[in-house]
Amino acid sequence: MNLGEFLFLLSGLKWTVALSAIAFVFGCAGGLAIALMRTSGIVPLERATAGYIALFQGTPLLMQLFVVYYGLALLGLHLNAWVAVSLGFTLHASAYLGEIWRGAIQAVPRGQTEASSALSLKYVSRMKDVVLPQALRISLPATIGFLVQLIKGTSLASIVGFTELARAGNMVSNQIFKPLLVFGVVGILYFLMCWPLSLYGAHLERRLAAAER
Amino acid sequence: MTRHDTAMSGTAAEAMIVMAEVEKWYGSFQALSGINLSVRRGEKIVLCGPSGSGKSTLIRCINHLEAYQKGEIRVGGTLLGDDGRTIDAVRREVGMVFQHFNLFPHMSVLRNCMLAPMRALGIGRKEAEATARDLLARVKIIEQADKYPAQLSGGQQQRVAIARALCMRPSVMLFDEPTSALDPEMVKEVLDTMVALAEEGMTMICVTHEMGFARQVADRVIFMAEGSIVEEAPPDIFFTQPRHARTRKFLGEILRSH
Repeated sequence: MNLGEFLFLLSGLKWTVALSAIAFVFGCAGGLAIALMRTSGIVPLERATAGYIALFQGTPLLMQLFVVYYGLALLGLHLNAWVAVSLGFTLHASAYLGEIWRGAIQAVPRGQTEASSALSLKYVSRMKDVVLPQALRISLPATIGFLVQLIKGTSLASIVGFTELARAGNMVSNQIFKPLLVFGVVGILYFLMCWPLSLYGAHLERRLAAAER
Repeated sequence: MTRHDTAMSGTAAEAMIVMAEVEKWYGSFQALSGINLSVRRGEKIVLCGPSGSGKSTLIRCINHLEAYQKGEIRVGGTLLGDDGRTIDAVRREVGMVFQHFNLFPHMSVLRNCMLAPMRALGIGRKEAEATARDLLARVKIIEQADKYPAQLSGGQQQRVAIARALCMRPSVMLFDEPTSALDPEMVKEVLDTMVALAEEGMTMICVTHEMGFARQVADRVIFMAEGSIVEEAPPDIFFTQPRHARTRKFLGEILRSH
């Protein structure tokens, strides 16, 4: 593998990072909305978001990408590959983060909400000042765990022709006929992205456990 | 239920809280039945009774942490309904102290006391901090203002919780078993704080089994069982001449254990 081919892999890596970042940022926004609706106490909202989460947790990510990429095109909605893939991953991340944060919000002791209510704090302040800061702390390890899954999951975007790291590896491998070498390098690149995050997640988990003692 | 409508004039005997024929169910279980209770401004009530008798439920209905299904509750003239407006009006008048303190663990003691005045009353940061420091000094814990709740003892946390509730300048304070979760050696510091508050004329309803506290500050002691008020009397009569067999049995058990 020469330098040009390695640089081609790095350009794929760049798109993997970009796609992960977009999916995570928009997924955080969507996930927060879903978690809040899921815990709102308003039955139609809770049912609708429960259904959404069940749908996206119960079907393969690959299928979700196909539906967004090809399905919307069949409906006459022609999105470019970037938009389609970003949309697919955002919907996916929203469901998973929504469920993680739903659990974290419900793990904050009921007394916290009761004390806020008794102090006549309204919903927005109860959530923003009291519940969410504690819920986010509780959810940090799981959230980072999901981010790692998401980064690796972006390799599925290669199936719909999006040239991220996995597809770049595939293309180089087809050119130089050294699949073991090429995919070894690709694997190392994924590992270098994900491992520090995993370490950070484990570190946070330990710190959280220590703080609760 | 119009008989209470005229009771809200500004006399000294003004009824601060009026509960009339209040009923509450959890599904098919009736938690409160036919509760009638009127509390004057400045009056101190101690509520006692066996566990599950509905005493916590009763005071939690007053600030609508629990909804009630029948009857009516008035606090300072406001009829407590199911709408956010009346609930909010009532909660501004009523402070509450919980068994497990429920301080916000991610905020310093000072921030705990400043949050609600700033967010719910729209008071500025400087004024909220001055009020918080003043009240923390009154519960004798000002030197801990910058610590976090987890760094304090249970008794200290409960005194912070009292100061936090007082920062909203309530006209009534509800205490829901404020000393039940404390180690014995910390009970006194919390009770002393409550006695001082009582001496300043605060209207108080306390769910507690601290009968010494009841004797010392209560104007009336109310005994509840199975969701109803069984007996109420001034403490000297309540402890020496209880009328009902259930009250005598309860007093016998609780005084023996102390």
